[in-house]
Amino acid sequence: MTTIFDLPVSYFGLQFLIGLQNGAFYALLSLGLAVIFGMLNVINFAHGAQYMMGAFLAWLLLDIAGISYWWALLLVPLIMGLLGVVIERAFLRWLYDLDHLYGLLLTFGLVLIIEGLFVSVFGSSGLPYEKPQALAGAQRIPLAMITGNERDMMMIPLYRLWIVAVSIVCCFGTWYAIERTRLGSYLRAATENPALVRSFGINVSVLITLTYGFGVALAGFAGVLAAGVQALTPHMGSNLIIVVFAVVVIGGMGSILGSIITSFGLGIVEALARIAYPEASGVVVFAIMIVVLLMRPAGLFGREN
Amino acid sequence: MADSAEINASRGDTVLQIQGLQAFYGESHILHGVGLDVCEGEVVTLLGRNGAGKTTTLKSIIGMVSQREGSIRYRGQETIGLKSNRIARIGIALCPEERGIFSSLTVEENLYLPPVIAEGGLSIAELYQLFPNLEERRHTRQGTRLSGGEQQMLAIARILRTGARLLLLDEPTEGLAPVIVQQIGRVIETLKARGFTILLVEQNFHFASALADRNYVMEDGKIVAVVQRNELREKEALLQEYLGV
Ligand SMILES: Nc1ncnc2c1ncn2[C@@H]1O[C@H](COP(=O)(O)OP(=O)(O)O)[C@@H](O)[C@H]1O
Ligand SMILES: [Mg+2]
Repeated sequence: MTTIFDLPVSYFGLQFLIGLQNGAFYALLSLGLAVIFGMLNVINFAHGAQYMMGAFLAWLLLDIAGISYWWALLLVPLIMGLLGVVIERAFLRWLYDLDHLYGLLLTFGLVLIIEGLFVSVFGSSGLPYEKPQALAGAQRIPLAMITGNERDMMMIPLYRLWIVAVSIVCCFGTWYAIERTRLGSYLRAATENPALVRSFGINVSVLITLTYGFGVALAGFAGVLAAGVQALTPHMGSNLIIVVFAVVVIGGMGSILGSIITSFGLGIVEALARIAYPEASGVVVFAIMIVVLLMRPAGLFGREN
Repeated sequence: MADSAEINASRGDTVLQIQGLQAFYGESHILHGVGLDVCEGEVVTLLGRNGAGKTTTLKSIIGMVSQREGSIRYRGQETIGLKSNRIARIGIALCPEERGIFSSLTVEENLYLPPVIAEGGLSIAELYQLFPNLEERRHTRQGTRLSGGEQQMLAIARILRTGARLLLLDEPTEGLAPVIVQQIGRVIETLKARGFTILLVEQNFHFASALADRNYVMEDGKIVAVVQRNELREKEALLQEYLGV
């Protein structure tokens, strides 16, 4: 068996895949955060809680109604999107003229309520979610092409591969919708100058509502994907969203493509850190964040000012 | 001030009728009872020094100033309580003073941004004929990469597509080279010939008065003088005094 630093090559392959998978979640969540911030001027602190709710909703659908994972992928984003619409209409819209801080505080309050509720109903120990049979296995990949050794093999868990593929498709779809369609041009324009867009006869407040609904739906969707790789706990979102905020700061708010690239890139950087010095993998993103903030406060892809 | 009934007798129907318009930005009271009329197919100018309230008047008409009182009727319909997206849909469009070209949109996307609200707008081919520069530069990735003159053309062009029949143009010649000012003058004449009704805010009195059927002069949020096209010569001294030209 071929080894590097006494570790089998397949270990590196798996770490790399895990890095991509984390990047896939960062991308789905940071995309939603960025789109919401652009349109609403609200830092959606509840994004992690909404991701957690997506995962629990998938679990509930399966456990109570016997609704499969595949349907959950469709239904959970719809339900979460509707919830987002209600939250925007009921709470957020009163805050747009105020400082960012108020949106942050309100959504932070929502997190405390939602997580508290979920802890009291489901407890803090993890719930298992059974991923669908079709994605449960692993694919054996020969590595001879890379190492020249016939015995080098790697087992790739299908579900991880699935997460990465689905996330890339969703991210590209979102990028396309925003950067290349008529509706997307309304959104971009409304982000720059909502009053003028309104004066052209476009109902910007409906666009804002739909944007928030879409961002929350994306978080819910990521939650369903996550249900297949980890035990569900009410705090699963908070743990993740802190890293995602750092990712958004590093990538900057300006560009969708930029935040996708940053997300996957940082997922891989974390994986490399895990290989080189496992203790560092948890902090490497924050270390990069500090460096980026010092050198380029608007982020790697953000527009200055 | 000419009585509006009298004006209507000599011209087409009143398209825009403003009476007792008050507008506020928070605590500041900007417009103090503005009244004016614009009839079908007319070019009417709103003249006045900086800070007189011209932009605020246009923004009140399109609903971008939310704190407004009085009456603004478009073809008889009261719009004072409507949101600006509703007002746009009944046929009014604004070309703002700062032009409002979007940097995150290509030139072509900027052009297509305002939705068509009625038939009778100019086709893309007609627009490119009127503004040849825009056709050349339509794939420019950021609308704001255009020169000032081209941005002004784009800001006018995009509201001609929509089928809006009342155009509010806020200082379209501001800061532009004389050739471009002339081109914009020709565009406004073309639009008038095509039956558009235009309320034009200007500081450039010579440019404006050559195009206008009627001139309103504004000062401190009030209309202080009305000068018909045929009265220009006799009231010139008065106008000079108001405008400080
Ligand atoms: N957004 C605003 N908030 C507060 N005051 C404003 C605002 N916009 C304009 N004003 C004030 O309203 C007055 C009229 O401005 P404006 O309508 O822009 O004048 P004009 O277009 O004739 O130069 C000015 O005194 C200006 O300072
Ligand atoms: Mg002005």
